[in-house]
Amino acid sequence: MATHATDALHRDPVAEADELSFQDMGHEHHPEGSTMLGFWLYLMSDCLIFTVLFATYAVLGRNYAAGPSPKDLFDLNLVALNTAMLLFSSITYGFAMLAMEREDQSKTQLWLAVTGLFGAAFLGIELYEFAHLFHEGATPQRSAFLSSFFTLVGTHGLHVTFGLIWLVVLMLQVQQRGLIVENKRRLMCLSMFWHFLDVIWIGVFTFVYLMGVLQ
Amino acid sequence: MTPSAKQTPRTPASAARRALRGLLLLPLLPLLAGCNLTVMFPSGDVAMQQRNLVLASTGLMLLIIVPVIALTLLFAWRYRATNTEARHDPDWDHSTGLEVVIWTAPLLIIIALGALTWISTHTLDPFRPLSRLEPGKPIPAQTKPLEVQVVALDWKWLFFYPEYGVASVNEMATPVNRPVTFRLTSASVMNAFYIPALAGMIYAMPGMETKLHAVANKPGEFEGLASHYSGSGFSRMTFKVHSFDGDGFDKWIAKVKSEGKELSRDAYLELERPSEREPVTYYASYGDGLFKSILGMCAVPGKMCMHEMMSIDAKGGAGKDSRENVERLQYDNRHTERGDEAPGATGPASNHAPRSDKPANSQDHGPHGKGGNSPAPNQLNN
Amino acid sequence: MFSDTDLQRLLFGRLTLADIPYHEPILQVTFAGVAVGGIAVLAAITYFRFWGPLWRDWLTSVDHKKIGIMYVVLALVMLLRGFADALLMRSQQAVAFGANEGFLPPHHYDQIFTAHGVIMIFFVAMPFVTGLMNYVVPLQIGARDVAFPFLNNFSFWMTVSGAVTIMISLFVGEFSRATWLGYPPLSGADMSPGVGVDYWIWGLQIAGVGTTLSGINLIATIVKMRAPGMSMMKMPIFTWSSLCTNVLIVAAFPILGAVLVLLTLDRYVGTHFFTNDLGGNPMMYFNLIWIWGHPEVYILILPAFGVFSEIISTFSGKRLFGYTSMVYALVVITILSYLVWLHHFFTMGSGASVNSFFGITTMIISIPTGAKLFNWLFTMYRGRIRFEVPMLWAVSFMVTFTIGGMTGVLLAVPPADFVLHNSLFLIAHFHNVIIGGVLFGMFAGVNYWWPKAFGFKLDAFWGKVSFWFWTVGFYVAFMPLYVLGLMGVTRRSQHFDDTSLQPWFLVAAAGAGLIALGIGAMIMQFAVSIRNREALRDVTGDPWGGRTLEWSTSSPPPDYNFAYTPVVHQLDAWWQMKARNFKRPVTGFQSIHMPKNTATGVILGVISIAFSFAMVWYIWWLAALSFAATLVISIAHTFNYNRDYYIPAETVVRTEGQRTDALAVAGRA
Repeated sequence: MATHATDALHRDPVAEADELSFQDMGHEHHPEGSTMLGFWLYLMSDCLIFTVLFATYAVLGRNYAAGPSPKDLFDLNLVALNTAMLLFSSITYGFAMLAMEREDQSKTQLWLAVTGLFGAAFLGIELYEFAHLFHEGATPQRSAFLSSFFTLVGTHGLHVTFGLIWLVVLMLQVQQRGLIVENKRRLMCLSMFWHFLDVIWIGVFTFVYLMGVLQ
Repeated sequence: MTPSAKQTPRTPASAARRALRGLLLLPLLPLLAGCNLTVMFPSGDVAMQQRNLVLASTGLMLLIIVPVIALTLLFAWRYRATNTEARHDPDWDHSTGLEVVIWTAPLLIIIALGALTWISTHTLDPFRPLSRLEPGKPIPAQTKPLEVQVVALDWKWLFFYPEYGVASVNEMATPVNRPVTFRLTSASVMNAFYIPALAGMIYAMPGMETKLHAVANKPGEFEGLASHYSGSGFSRMTFKVHSFDGDGFDKWIAKVKSEGKELSRDAYLELERPSEREPVTYYASYGDGLFKSILGMCAVPGKMCMHEMMSIDAKGGAGKDSRENVERLQYDNRHTERGDEAPGATGPASNHAPRSDKPANSQDHGPHGKGGNSPAPNQLNN
Repeated sequence: MFSDTDLQRLLFGRLTLADIPYHEPILQVTFAGVAVGGIAVLAAITYFRFWGPLWRDWLTSVDHKKIGIMYVVLALVMLLRGFADALLMRSQQAVAFGANEGFLPPHHYDQIFTAHGVIMIFFVAMPFVTGLMNYVVPLQIGARDVAFPFLNNFSFWMTVSGAVTIMISLFVGEFSRATWLGYPPLSGADMSPGVGVDYWIWGLQIAGVGTTLSGINLIATIVKMRAPGMSMMKMPIFTWSSLCTNVLIVAAFPILGAVLVLLTLDRYVGTHFFTNDLGGNPMMYFNLIWIWGHPEVYILILPAFGVFSEIISTFSGKRLFGYTSMVYALVVITILSYLVWLHHFFTMGSGASVNSFFGITTMIISIPTGAKLFNWLFTMYRGRIRFEVPMLWAVSFMVTFTIGGMTGVLLAVPPADFVLHNSLFLIAHFHNVIIGGVLFGMFAGVNYWWPKAFGFKLDAFWGKVSFWFWTVGFYVAFMPLYVLGLMGVTRRSQHFDDTSLQPWFLVAAAGAGLIALGIGAMIMQFAVSIRNREALRDVTGDPWGGRTLEWSTSSPPPDYNFAYTPVVHQLDAWWQMKARNFKRPVTGFQSIHMPKNTATGVILGVISIAFSFAMVWYIWWLAALSFAATLVISIAHTFNYNRDYYIPAETVVRTEGQRTDALAVAGRA
């Protein structure tokens, strides 16, 4: 090693390569924001899954197979309540993020918990709606319309379920380690996820429920 | 950086000569003709137009393909490292003129080919009735097309001739120079109907009707086949097409009428069960509206026909109390209900031992064969 | 056997001893071969005490280079399986005429052609492409790893799980007979009962998750982690092709996943998406699967285009001609590949206007593709072409692919497609582009980057033998299929009545034999090269006179790839550095921040195999357990915040010192 050191004395790598520098001799690069970009890309890929489900619903949504149609089945009041739950949860998640920006850990946790409750309420209402439909014989096996309806709404519901699990895990981690950089980044990702589900739900509400009942 | 040398290269003069050389391949075609290249030498006007289109498109593309291949080999040879004679220009990486040429040359060919495509796709649309029998030979005013209703079954073809009230399995016939209108459906999975000598293929799909128009210009016997994989018996799902001149077709119809049985609805339901290498069978008559009910997936008594379902749906469905309709609209499960092996069955639901055509149970009496090794359970999901 | 069938059903689902094909001779031989080979490998690992390093340095590695190599190994192993299927098919079709039924009943033959397609696309071409991108892209952009190293490892193991799931079907139960795209209603629960289609679904679903995540990873890597100075228009062309490929992956694979879920629901829950019953619509499946399927074609070919661009430029000793138009061509192809899916089923009867729209968009793709071919041509023009093995593949590709492209455009003319669709002409066409394009590209890439990965070149003699057998074998095997297609012979046929076709199939079978020799020569090439590695050693790290950054570091590169982050001033960054007499810095090294290895990926991979096996055989307790385990392990993984470490400066100094020494010995220091 000593030999290299003496060798190196003769050369100044930067100077010898003319005016151009070919190596970054300074500190390391830490590309910022690749997690956000990566998560955004994931959301877009998820969005495509919903696109397929929406397209499927668009194609099959009127194939009632001589069975019940949206008018027979959907209760707009219940769905409106459900929508309100999810929209509120998005607002409260926003409050949690504001609290996070202020480094206020307990407020963050509080708003996250409220978000979780709203999310759980949404899921509860959805499950109630499904149970009711099943009870009336409107199962996914009944018709192509119901297959695509349950799959679209159910996939959204599954996403909310995973969001809730993730939320609980993150609350634990914030409790354990506080609002450190990693946890903030994770909260940001969940934030994007949660609002994304909100946007999807608005699509579901409009195209499936409103247009189904009001057509 | 070092400025790149801006020189437009001379287009190699030999390119055109090499393009011509590609044409030397054409004499090979007749050589291949020896081995019945049906698609290249068909017997019907529609297939002939499709053949001409294949040749025209190929010719158009060869205008660019041949120079590319020739230049590839030429450049590879000329600029080989050992050939120090050739010019070396390591920084030459751009030439606007050349770029324009290499984008516009394919573009022009595609414009030509695109126009050809647009026109030919419309004139050769399988749903479009024919406008001529052959080049320069219009359809006589009094000629009515021969309508043939085709059903793809597991694994044979059923042909109805509504004009004559007869039907046949695995054999069809047509008079020479009379347009044929095929109306196709399938009773099982998706399939494709293809008579290479007469016209291109079209899918036959359950619950749906597709159409195909064709005409035979020469008498003869042609091959017909299934060209969309449909399960075990697919390879043997072939049929013969007879194209008769003179009174051959009438004789054929008479033969069908004299030799044929009756294809009642029950006989059809028996025929529909999976079978392979079905011999040619004639039917002197068939049940009323049989094709329509096959098309509507309601050949089995009690089933609801597609058009009925669709009209109910168009009116907003049948409400919540419609459970009895479920059974009436089940269709795909009829193989298992009748105890037939489904077309794509695999273990443990098939009656075969894994990867063989031998029965799963080597002993004669299945259920009580060996020990507790019961036969494969039915894989009903509900 | 259990006397209590209920208990048996509970424990093993629908699996019984009768489902294991121990009485089938072909399977007995295969199993014996696999068992002997497997035992030999295990024994060798034990003998060389390789278990520890295998686990520490490979299976749990998050190093993009190791993962890239493992992808390629997976692809090569699966190539042997897929090719064995091809040989069986060619042999069957060479003999099954007239009264001769051949040796494969339809029940078995159908599984073989399905498996061949699935394996070649999903588990040969895909891992090959992903592996090459994984290995090369971070090196080309001067990065130390990908954006999400653990995710990379996880993606790889998901791909392996998918492959293993498909392989299990060989010895337990049966594989799908519903063709590689599983068209319903044939692939539905009523038409294809049994485990075959389920194996297919779960194998693809799991591998698809891995592919999507790896696509996201590589996009983030390329967008965020390029060396300073490397603007988008200074990115090496292979990196550009990788970017386009991964955009396609992220925009296409979720569709495949969603479609498979719908089919899964049809099969497991009894929904009616693609059935004939109760309002289902099988035609929708054709559309959805091809909206994934057509971009998939470009996912495979674009990286090959990238490889050839690099190789032709390097071995012509010349800058790539028309870089900018090459990039635009890539982008145009990427976008257009979403507008052509319907050309896979013109014959469904969509109507003339729809058909001609999709036909014409398909032809338009040939314009940028043609432009790329011309760009390669003019890269060779006035070059000094060295015909090393990678360049041989490149020239063969240019000729072969041009022919395949032409027959492809021909098939894009709807009325022409009506006579050629589903025929052997179609088979010849897509093998023409997939073998002549993708596989040749990947083989060229392996020959090109092997010295980078292992520090020694591949043996040129055996490389040339392999090249010639493959090229000649390809033409002998597939040109007869073009002719057969023109005779109206359809694909997927297990038997032919017309004995006059036999000579053509015999020629095709002989071609497959030649390709087998090509594969043999390739294995020989690897073996000979590894044995003679000292003679083939390259210490410079730049054995071909390369132009891009991967050639600026040592071969094999150190864990951290680059001791200093390179700074880029033009497209051919390394070429410029050499032209400017760049001197490698030998002092001032600092510690380097790197991600730690983790076993989570392998563990999740193994659990995924258990999950898919359980789902296939209806072993519900195992399915629930393994799904829960996946969740718990993934969550547990997020509680580990200690995911990276520093390579100490001394280690960097030592590593770089060894390179300095080696370069000095080679007379280049």
